[in-house]
Amino acid sequence: MVTPLTATVDLVVRFPGIVTADVRPGYIGFIINKENLVEVATAIRDEFGFDLLTAVTAVDYIAENKMEVVYHAYKTTGGAGLVFRVQAERVDPIEVPSLIEIWPGVDFQEREAWDLYGIKFTGHPDLRRILMWEGFEGHPLRKDWKEPFFEEETKPFKSRWPDGQHTFAENKNPFRDNLNFPKDFDPEKYVVDKEEDLYASLERYTTKDVEGNMKTDHIVVNLGPHHPSTHGVLRVAVTMDGETIIGLKPVMGYLHRNHDKIGERNTYLQNIPYTDRLDYFNSMSNNFGYCTTVEKLMKIPVAERAEYIRVIMAELSRIQNHLIFIGMLMNDLGTMYTPSLYAFEERELILDIFEAVSGARMMCNYFRFGGVVRDIPDDVLQKIKGLVSERLPAKTDEMERFLNENEILVARLKGIHVLNAEDAIKYSVTGPVLRATGVPYDLRRADPYSIYDRFDFDVAVRQNGDMMDNYLIRFDEIRQSLRILEQALKQIPQGPINSQKAAYQVRVPAGEAYGRIESPKGELAFYVVSNGKPNPYRYHVRPASFVNLTAVESMCRGTKIADFVALLAMLDIVMGELDR
Amino acid sequence: MYGKGILKGLSVTWKRFWDTYTEDISWMMRGKKRYNTDEGIRHRSSKDTKGIFTVQYPEEQLIVPEEFRYVPFLVYDEGADGKKEVRCTSCGICAKVCPPQCIWIVRSNDPATGRPVPVPTDFYIDMDICMNCGFCSEYCPFDAIKMDHDFDIASYQRNVYNLEKLMKPAAYYADIRPENYTREEEARKAKEAAKAAKAEASAAAAA
Ligand code: SF4
Ligand code: SF4
Repeated sequence: MVTPLTATVDLVVRFPGIVTADVRPGYIGFIINKENLVEVATAIRDEFGFDLLTAVTAVDYIAENKMEVVYHAYKTTGGAGLVFRVQAERVDPIEVPSLIEIWPGVDFQEREAWDLYGIKFTGHPDLRRILMWEGFEGHPLRKDWKEPFFEEETKPFKSRWPDGQHTFAENKNPFRDNLNFPKDFDPEKYVVDKEEDLYASLERYTTKDVEGNMKTDHIVVNLGPHHPSTHGVLRVAVTMDGETIIGLKPVMGYLHRNHDKIGERNTYLQNIPYTDRLDYFNSMSNNFGYCTTVEKLMKIPVAERAEYIRVIMAELSRIQNHLIFIGMLMNDLGTMYTPSLYAFEERELILDIFEAVSGARMMCNYFRFGGVVRDIPDDVLQKIKGLVSERLPAKTDEMERFLNENEILVARLKGIHVLNAEDAIKYSVTGPVLRATGVPYDLRRADPYSIYDRFDFDVAVRQNGDMMDNYLIRFDEIRQSLRILEQALKQIPQGPINSQKAAYQVRVPAGEAYGRIESPKGELAFYVVSNGKPNPYRYHVRPASFVNLTAVESMCRGTKIADFVALLAMLDIVMGELDR
Repeated sequence: MYGKGILKGLSVTWKRFWDTYTEDISWMMRGKKRYNTDEGIRHRSSKDTKGIFTVQYPEEQLIVPEEFRYVPFLVYDEGADGKKEVRCTSCGICAKVCPPQCIWIVRSNDPATGRPVPVPTDFYIDMDICMNCGFCSEYCPFDAIKMDHDFDIASYQRNVYNLEKLMKPAAYYADIRPENYTREEEARKAKEAAKAAKAEASAAAAA
């Protein structure tokens, strides 16, 4: 059973003259008049029930002189989604109404579209750059923007063959031709950015009298870049009233490499190893998401055996991700290293399996369009069976025995509120964090992909939405993954591992596809637009970490600074994916 | 009782500590070495491992599986007079498929006719850019480029390997990837046999 591409909702009938159906071949959904976007979006949420807006992104149709903003909305009760878009003339300033009042979860994604495409979302209260630095000139995802080491529009580059004399990129002096300085830039007069915009976006500092006696100041503390227990280079500017957080803004992009732009220069195949580098804990899941999307676009089936192999790899990946989550959370809480090394031990065994099938422990590059690159050898299959039936269940129990009743841990986690269901949906939070608030939304059930509809498993959910539930739900998910694995290992058929012939160039018909999977951290989705050429016209990643982080301010407001690092850990962010 | 959970947790730590020494002793009793031997390392990365788990790199090294891939190298066959006959035909597929575009190939031209000849004049791989994805070896139609197992290549210089430095003998390839090697050799022999049979048939038809 595969859910249809689009929900059966007729917006055109409801909004005649305002909404038109998208009839471009390969496209689905509706085009909404820019002026009426807010009105229609409100109806989409309230009348039609699409409460979860998962992705907002833009596409630059430079040939048609149009900029398009694409929205993907879903229902948390499951089922197909709704694609709607607005188009604007490609003349600066490009303005599109912000949907932040309707779905606050668009916050970072709209900022991203502003940063990378230069689309002004009118009504967005804090439209600053998010991934690029504040002084950056231009909007890099526009089709007419070129990077300093620009060589050619698309790979493969002609300079590599047949007369490929090696040169270092930097020898083509970046300061010569194509580095863009702001207009009238004078290095002599350059003043370092004081980040006034950032601090202005925080709750204002005021000195106030508490009951006429003591004067207290709000202070701003910068956590990072780095420490927040070193999930990576993230910085968070926090305003505090005493020990209590009253406002906070994450600052990110320290690891930004413009994955989307690289992806648009690459061929379809070349993107697979690049996706490994998103959430580098789960390269298997990333491959899965990307290949599913492109397969949708190519309309090709996946070989039966490969489907099982994919599920096995993705679930093993989930187990090790959650184990590391538990271990790293303990580090954040101050239980330095013993639990995390216990987690790493099991992870090593799982990585051994990845290495044996794919050749690499972390950067697996294992999936291909239509299947996987090579079969699982029998001895490795035996090893997986051993792990799944004996070792991992025992070790999960051991981990629970080790930690769950620990009084200090319980005191730190129990009753510390993370999110409630309403806020989680509002902020487009997905994955275990959403499920810990009592919303049983798991894409493996809600919008099944691959062969997940064949397995018998429960969607892990917990009701309280506190830190303890967020922590325990990872154990539940490990157990469910083990259940899926056991069935997959029993049912896996013999047969070919790819439905296609190996080819280094694939033909992808024109059109768009939005493919999403339940990655261990939440919804990981790819939005790919093809124009029939060997390289994707638009390649967008909707990373779980990035969108989940939108909720961090509302999560932390009112809590004590000491809980902040643990709260951040709950979101299970990883910088490779967050900063892209 | 307050503290019961902590004690329960500590029992796990204690058990792990205990296991480390009992494992060592039981290996000793059986007259086997748990450290610095292949058997010991294999056991430590199996599902039955208990106690201490670390592999003491660089004294010990993990045994990599056959499919393990690190940077690529070019395979050459030993010619009759010990000449290195590189398998690469400079077809350029690897350079085209390489995601970070770190392969540079100079194709040879026949000085007399100016036509391309199927050997590379030079071949560079920028190892600092290579992302070890394995595409080059996967899509090379001539089994000419393969992924290496040797991962100790840290250096103080930038690593741009040229043809000379990239070449390794087929015997080395057979040694690190025996299964792949055998499979490819068989396929090659079958292909050659088919070709010979075809040639024979057409010769017979002509006669
Ligand atoms: S694909 Fe193989 S034969 Fe072709 S240039 Fe590369 S190494 Fe040489
Ligand atoms: S392994 Fe990948 S990145 Fe490295 S040279 Fe081969 S194709 Fe290029």
